[in-house]
Order: sequence, then C-alpha cells, then structure tokens
Amino acid sequence: MNTPNTAGESRPPGATSLGMSRSAPVNLPSAPTRGALAVGFSVRNKLFVFGAGLFGLILLTALFAPWLAPYDPNAINFAVKLDPPSWTHWMGTDDLGRDILSRVIYGARTSLIIGFNVILIAMAIGVPIGLLSGYFGGRLDMVLMRVTDVFLAFPPLLLPIAITAALGPSLVNAMLALAISWFPWYARIMRGAVMSIRSQLFVSAARTMRISQLKILVRHILPNAWTPALVQASMDFGYTILAAASLSFIGIGAKPPTIEWGLMVALSRSKFLDFWWTAAFPGLAIFITVLAVNLIGDGLRDILDPRARGV
Amino acid sequence: MKIYLIQRLAQMLVILLGVLMLTFVLSRILPGSPVEMMLGHRPSPEQIEAVRTELGLDKPIAMQFMVYLKGLAQGDLGTSLHTGQPVTSDLFNRFGATFELTTIALLLVVVMGIPLGVVSAVRQNTLSDHLVRSGSIAGMALPVFLIAMLLQMLFYGQLGWFPLQGRINAEIALDYPFAQRTGLYLVDTLLAGQWPAFKSAVLHLVLPVFTLVMASIAVVTRITRNTMVEVLQQDHIRTLQAYGVSRRRIYYRYALKATLIPLLTVIGLAYGYMLGGSVVVEFIFDWPGMGGYAVGGITRNDFPAVMGVTLLLAVIYLSMNLVIDLLYHLVDPRLELP
Repeated sequence: MNTPNTAGESRPPGATSLGMSRSAPVNLPSAPTRGALAVGFSVRNKLFVFGAGLFGLILLTALFAPWLAPYDPNAINFAVKLDPPSWTHWMGTDDLGRDILSRVIYGARTSLIIGFNVILIAMAIGVPIGLLSGYFGGRLDMVLMRVTDVFLAFPPLLLPIAITAALGPSLVNAMLALAISWFPWYARIMRGAVMSIRSQLFVSAARTMRISQLKILVRHILPNAWTPALVQASMDFGYTILAAASLSFIGIGAKPPTIEWGLMVALSRSKFLDFWWTAAFPGLAIFITVLAVNLIGDGLRDILDPRARGV
Repeated sequence: MKIYLIQRLAQMLVILLGVLMLTFVLSRILPGSPVEMMLGHRPSPEQIEAVRTELGLDKPIAMQFMVYLKGLAQGDLGTSLHTGQPVTSDLFNRFGATFELTTIALLLVVVMGIPLGVVSAVRQNTLSDHLVRSGSIAGMALPVFLIAMLLQMLFYGQLGWFPLQGRINAEIALDYPFAQRTGLYLVDTLLAGQWPAFKSAVLHLVLPVFTLVMASIAVVTRITRNTMVEVLQQDHIRTLQAYGVSRRRIYYRYALKATLIPLLTVIGLAYGYMLGGSVVVEFIFDWPGMGGYAVGGITRNDFPAVMGVTLLLAVIYLSMNLVIDLLYHLVDPRLELP
C-alpha cells in the first residue's frame, strides 16, 4: 500500500493537529485522571454551549434579516454619509449613507451560505474519492491520491485565488474555488477512515453474502467511516468563511451589490483611518461568527471523536 | 536514506508537473485575453494575429505547454506581459521581500508561540493558561486583513509610530542608496552601512510582520500546549520528578524534547499559513513581494507571471515539507522513513 506521505500532508489551516497527521506517530495520550478529564470536558462543554448559542443567534439573524434590519441595507442617503455610530444608526453609516447595522445583519446570510455551500461541495467531491481510494486501494488509490497531492502542493489560499481568477471573479466562483481547494482534505480523511474498517468482519461478511460493492460502500462502509470527515467539516466551516472574506477583500470574491462582510471591510479601506466604524463592525461580525463556529467544531470533535478528548 | 530522498524528490517532480499543468490550464482559461490588454484600444485583426503568433497562442494548448516546459528546463520562465521583464528576474526581486517578511515572522512565531504553549501547559487551568487558550481560540477566528487594519489604525493612525505601508521610505532610500545584493533590505542596508535606510526598513517591517505573527501564532501555541500536556502525563516525566530533577529542567530539557515532532509539523504548517497569508498582507501593506505579484498577475491576465509565481511558491512549500520530514528522522531516529 502506498502511504501518501508527500508534501502538503500538513493540516489545512484552521484545523488542529489531530487525526490524520503526518507519518510521524502522534503520542497517544496516556489516560488522564478521571478528575482532569471531567474538568476539561466540562470547560469544553461550556464553550461548546456558548458557541452553539452564539451560532444560533447568528442563524436567526440571517433568517429574519428583513425583520431585524432597521433600514433597507441598500438605501443610499447622502444626508447621513459617514455618520459615526449613534442612536439612529447604531453602527454608523458608510460613504453612501447606508446603515452599517442593516448591512451587517444581511451579511450574515451571505457568510453562512458561503460556509455551507463550500463544505457541501468539497465533501461531495472529496468523500466519494476517499471512499473509492480507501476501499479499492491499488492503482486506483495511487492515481487518486497523486491527483489530490497536486491540489495540496499549493500554499493555502493561493489555489483558491488562482481558480477564482480563472473562472472569473464572483461569489459563486469563489465558493467553487474554495471547494476545489478543500476537497483533498476530505478525500484524505475519508480514505484513512475507510482503510481502517475495510478489513473488518462485517465488511467481509457483507462480501460473502454477495452484496454489491456499491451497496457495501454506501450502506456499510460510509455510515461507519464518516465521523472524522464530519468533525473536519465542522472545523473547516469557520476557515471557509474567513477565506471567502479574504478573497472578497482582495477583490476577487463577492462584488457589489452583494452584501458581504469581507467586501464591506475592503470598501472601507481608503477611509477606515478616519472612519473606523466602516471597517470595525463588519470585521467584528466575521470574527464573532468564525469564533462561534470554531467553538462548536472543538466541542463536536470532543463529543464525536472521544480519542481526541482533552487535546 | 539516500533512496528515500531520491524517491521523495521524484515524487515532488511529478507533483510539480501536475501543479504546472493545473496552473497552465487555469491561466489559459482566464477571462479576457492578454493580447487585447497589450494592444490597447481596438486593435486590427492583423495586429491581434501577429501578437498571438508571437506569443505562441495560435498553437494548440498541449504544444504551448511543451514549449513552456522546454523553456523551464533551461531556466526560462518566460517574459512577464506586464513588466516586460523576464519572470525569473521579476521573481528574484520579489522573492527577497517575501522571504524577509515571512522568515522574520516565522522566527517570532516560534520564539514566542512555543514558550507561551509551554507556560500554558505547565500551569494548566490557571489564569495564564486560560488567557493563552482564549487568546489562541480568538486568534484563529480573526481575519488577517482585520488584524492588519487594526494595527494600521492604532500604530499609524493614532500613535504614528510606524509607516502605513511600503518596504522603505523612498526619500531615505534615495538619500542613502544601497546595492541590492541579497534582496533582503535589512542585510543590504547593513552591508552598505546606511543606518538611516536600515532603520527605515526595520520600521516598515514591523506592522506586516506582526500581522503575520498574530495570524499564525495561535495554531503554534495551541498545538504546543496540547502535546506538552500529553507528555507531562507520561511515566518518564513522573520518574524524573521522583528523582528530584528540577521543574524547569524537566519542562525545557526533557518534556519539550518529546514534543519536537509535533512542533516541527506545526512550524511547517505555520509557514504554509504565512505564504498564503502573505498574499493578503502584501496586498494591504503594499509590500513588493511575490503575493502581490501573484494577485497582480492574475488580475492583469499575465500568464507567465502567474505560472512562475505559483511554481516557485509550490517548490518552496514542498521543499519545506520535505525538510521537515527529514528532520523527523533526525530528531527521532527510531522513526522509520516511510
């Protein structure tokens, strides 16, 4: 079996060192005392609950944006251009006199949509590749893994930038580009998980019973192998939002009139030194959202992947 | 060892070929055509045809790729359509800028991030541990551009301590000229003995370096802490304690050694992070490095520039990973080379 230990085997940014590490053995934790474990876990749990609560609020904000936003996010009003935060405009206004609070509220929709779409597309490409690669092994595995290696050879963020540019700068293309640069991680993780269970008894049993390969893969292997990929997805969600905001920021992601937080910060670049609120609030919105998602990801990993607990 | 190295290098070549093919195809489907960009307003069909022939764009794409590979074998990456210079010399000029930025940032991340992680692990569940942990959780959620802009707001806008952007003050560089021998301004200005220029270069480095540090230190600290916590629970540490070895010695001499391998992984990771982050950082700070060159090349349809810069970045990234894999073996000879 060809162990893929080519370069780029390091973790995707935003993820931690767990699970599929390089070829180097990870020190297995010796069992922590029960007390330490309980304390660690309860702290984690609090953070998880906090993150989940925060994320719930953001989700509700996105869903009920039209009811929550005090103004039309696109309404231009030069009379209040670049007004600092006040009782009428809690987060101030931008250079076109648009209410920043309303725009931040609507921006939640864009960011969540980006996060979900990118992860879904990346998994839709990566999971089948990992399944096939891990289950059949051999030459197929080698070819598929070499292909993913190519995608992993780019420093993070460079590939999405190149792909977005090739497809043409737009939000949809930025999402596609992020998904394309993300799928190798899911392929890798899925492959590892499948390899660890494909020789187990229930799989050979299914084979002896002449169940079709496809059915074995989908009905027997997949449900038993997808936890690590799911955990990874929850960890990646936040990074995807960050990366998409960065693409918008350098001008190859969302374009006006799309309301996107990274784009809002980018548009404020020429004036943020004098009018801090134009950059600070959308930036804060990105931070809080990613923080909430990361806390959920950490918690989920603890719950779904107990081996990693306490790390 | 030798066989392993050869295997790895061969593998790297295959991957690089893939990278080249991918970027070649990508850059050929870039919207718009460089020909129109070069010729400006309403060129005649004959002019377009002439330039296309000159650039070799009339040939099939596979053929174009072979031509490119042939040039590459001779160390020729083509000519940038925008600057009109050979891509290799463009890259050489810009490599120094990125190298200076990322190397200093990486050093700082290692020097600051690892001790923070150790402190956090050793004083588990104390105030300092909680501070470090919440700091790194928060750090991972901060967008790079926001960090950069906050620093600019504070240290340029409010305090006026550091310049807003650029690599050196243009006037100072004119008054105190220095030869670009290494492409690293810190080294070049020192070699030329131009103190004011050196000072200006240092001041210009501070904000971009700290942006990169803040963007990547969280991962390092977090992983250092977690592996250290694991190691400290192991039997050999307890034995050392029983022997009465001092705490400091246990932590820095014995425990840290056991965490070297995960740390190496993390350093590689942080470096990749920085190469990616430098694209955004160079954009914000108007830093004349490779990241800015890549973005500029992409937005200007400059194929050869994009190809060159992705190739170089991929080579750097892959070599870094190879070196780290080799270091694993050095650090822990028990590890078999895969």
